[in-house]
Amino acid sequence: MNKTHYLIVGSSHAALEGLTAIRLHDPDGALTLVTRDGHLPYSPTVLPYVVSGKSKPGRILLRDEAYFEDNKAQFVTGAALVALDSKKAQATFDNGETWAYEKLLLATGARPAIPPISGLSETPFHVLRTLDDAIGLRRAIGEAKTAIVLGAGLVGMHGAENLAKAGVSVSVIEMYDQVLPAYFDAAAAEMIESAFTENGVRMMLGCTVASTEKDGDQIRVTLKDGESLKADLLLVATGVQPVIDFLGGSGVETDRGILVDDTMATSAPNVWAAGDVAQARDFYRDDKSVVGILPNAVEQGRIAGMAMAGDEALKPFPGGVPINTYNFYGRQAISVGLSQPPEGAEVACDIDPANGHFRKIVLKDSRLLGISTVNEPMDAGIMWQLILRRTDLGPVREAFLANPLETGRALMSSTWR
Amino acid sequence: MGFAHNTIAFRPEKCDGCGDCMTACAQAKAGSDDLAHSRITITTNAITDSFELALCRQCGDPKCVMNCPSGALTKDEESGLVPWDADKCVDCLLCTVGCAYGGITFNSQTAHVQKCDMCDGAPACVKACSHGALEHRTVGDIYNRVGDWEDMFVKGLSGCQGCNSELLMRHTMRRVGANSVLATPPGCIPGMGSVGYNGMVGCKVPVFHPLLTNTASMLAGIKRQYKRVGRDDIMMVALAGDGGTTDVGFQSLSGAAERGDKMLFICADNEGYMNTGMQRSSSTSYGSWTTTTPVGPALHGKSQDAKNMPVIMMMHNCEYVATASLAYIEDYYEKLDKAIDAAKRGMAYLHVYAPCPSGWRFGSGDTIEICRMGVDTNFVTLWEYERDTGLRFTRPVDDPLPVVEYLKLNGKYRHLSEEQIAHIQAKTIERVDELRRFEIKQENDGESHHESRASA
Repeated sequence: MNKTHYLIVGSSHAALEGLTAIRLHDPDGALTLVTRDGHLPYSPTVLPYVVSGKSKPGRILLRDEAYFEDNKAQFVTGAALVALDSKKAQATFDNGETWAYEKLLLATGARPAIPPISGLSETPFHVLRTLDDAIGLRRAIGEAKTAIVLGAGLVGMHGAENLAKAGVSVSVIEMYDQVLPAYFDAAAAEMIESAFTENGVRMMLGCTVASTEKDGDQIRVTLKDGESLKADLLLVATGVQPVIDFLGGSGVETDRGILVDDTMATSAPNVWAAGDVAQARDFYRDDKSVVGILPNAVEQGRIAGMAMAGDEALKPFPGGVPINTYNFYGRQAISVGLSQPPEGAEVACDIDPANGHFRKIVLKDSRLLGISTVNEPMDAGIMWQLILRRTDLGPVREAFLANPLETGRALMSSTWR
Repeated sequence: MGFAHNTIAFRPEKCDGCGDCMTACAQAKAGSDDLAHSRITITTNAITDSFELALCRQCGDPKCVMNCPSGALTKDEESGLVPWDADKCVDCLLCTVGCAYGGITFNSQTAHVQKCDMCDGAPACVKACSHGALEHRTVGDIYNRVGDWEDMFVKGLSGCQGCNSELLMRHTMRRVGANSVLATPPGCIPGMGSVGYNGMVGCKVPVFHPLLTNTASMLAGIKRQYKRVGRDDIMMVALAGDGGTTDVGFQSLSGAAERGDKMLFICADNEGYMNTGMQRSSSTSYGSWTTTTPVGPALHGKSQDAKNMPVIMMMHNCEYVATASLAYIEDYYEKLDKAIDAAKRGMAYLHVYAPCPSGWRFGSGDTIEICRMGVDTNFVTLWEYERDTGLRFTRPVDDPLPVVEYLKLNGKYRHLSEEQIAHIQAKTIERVDELRRFEIKQENDGESHHESRASA
């Protein structure tokens, strides 16, 4: 059996930040990183750009082999975790290897959630979560003239834009009646939607798919209302789900994801979880949620690494805040925190649909809860800090509402100089 | 040994919001006056009505890098920069989520993010700032150069928290090196353990504890003995307080200077006998509270002005005289190098301002800020004197802040009346004017400073 002090399962942002944090505190403890992927570390977030051709697959890697050597870390690829015994502190992988650990970080991320649609399992379709998916989708785009995208979340929207730019005739089917429902309100979503419509993408919102089937060389999608569409390519982008199927009988408690406390510790001893797989404190609610965004993975990975190494500088996780920076057709839509006001909150909107400009600020008790903009520059990191720190905006209220960018910069500058 | 890096520092109290830095940046980076291209932003604080800065800090643990999904941002450990690779960037803006300082921002003109790259070590914004609000701090270079040199003192010297004399001692003796003899007359410097404890020595070079009165004469004698045995290369160093320099130690120092004895004499001036209970010295500044210049119905702190020791040493025709403040350690290193060289020919004297958190009544975290404010108000002037080139201000402050800005940082001035503050302000101006008369102007090249002084 293999032995290691620190075992990290996964190889994207949460895993890599965990490694960094451990090494800052413990330069020598045996450390092994095992991933089911076959490549050096990369980010799922960059994959739409591999599909579009903007990023070459060899140029997106976040670490090279020398990095692991320099950090005295063993890097094992192509091995998926299949079973965990937290009592024995052993993890078994699908390559047959078992690793005994002292401290374990589960950063296994998420995989595409495949909706229970009749016929889908017999229909050829693409997803976009791994580098191999991206390379496969890029190849398929070259041969397709028509495409259907299921889901108007980030992956679906990026996919649709890339397909349209490649000259493919695209239809996007979304169950909700707006795009990007998790991040933007209806007004902002409409602006984003119209950019797609202007560029020839057929946006079919509020539509539910009844069934899919293979139809010769093509695929066919039939909606609940009876409409039927044919296309050369089907991209399923209906969200993701945490990869937790190896945890049966492991002693690690799960809900939607792996339940963790504010130091990313799971219910099992010496097991931590971070990133898209973790269900952690929600900043806005007395509840735990999976906030599967890159900045959260970075924060959680670092916290988990510090906790594993016993770093006393650890500050507990303040809670997940939804954040989205979305670039579409050369325009930017940015959202930090809540886009819909909770009870007792006030909203300040500055919307000019003719010029494609949108700004919405959600405040409660002079504290920022959320801000979203379309086509207006915004320092998302500053807004995130103002939310997390519950900075009192009372004294600068008018200035902030008139010019959140400059006022936010001044507020943050005054805290650190 | 890691690397230290140079930084751009911002002094909001000196900024008038002119925006020249932003224009210079936009020009340097895009050849345009459009401020959208500027990577530095000066903005107004709506509460205090002062100016604030948004600029990349080239963080040690940059979150923009951690949040970058495409490898376009990295941390260059050697240069300290966080370079941005346009070719790898996918314009996802996630880096802006990581930055809490507005240091990496979206430029709508280029449709890419942009950030400061320090202009290859010569930041255009700093050059354009005529108010001294932006400074390029190059102290990182010193760390990289001297960090591996041997520290001549033991670990764990027991100076008061916030005392910068330990900084002075360690930096100085690292530079001077092992080929030296060190004298530490009674005061804080031996008191914090440089001579040793319990039969153990505190320093890796021969160190001794002369009387307050005879530091310079003992070093002169030791130097002559070493010369006699053929070891004229050994450097004599004194690390003395202001009491051991300006008061009791004065006559032996004056004698050694007059004879041109070869030594490096450093005065750490904390304006009093601080380790014996904060009694006044001749170097204690006017108005200061000390235990022997108390504040009450009759007395309001010291009623005399401080002796201007570095000027007195300059008048001794030393090989080299300079003042220093550890807020400007680059400046100190330049002077230390010159002083070490001069001490091979004769007397080299360094007068280093050493704010004392215990005796001056300020927080232990404020020492360097007080050092800096001393210079910014001209209460402390940084200059050097060399025999052939005369006096030169190494960090002239032409637009000084009111001296009260310095005074209010120190508890020992808390009681000062308007009249006393006015006296100190007037004296501060007078001292600078006095020093200016010793300056040799560039056009007088070739004249000796004596002639220049006569004509002033």
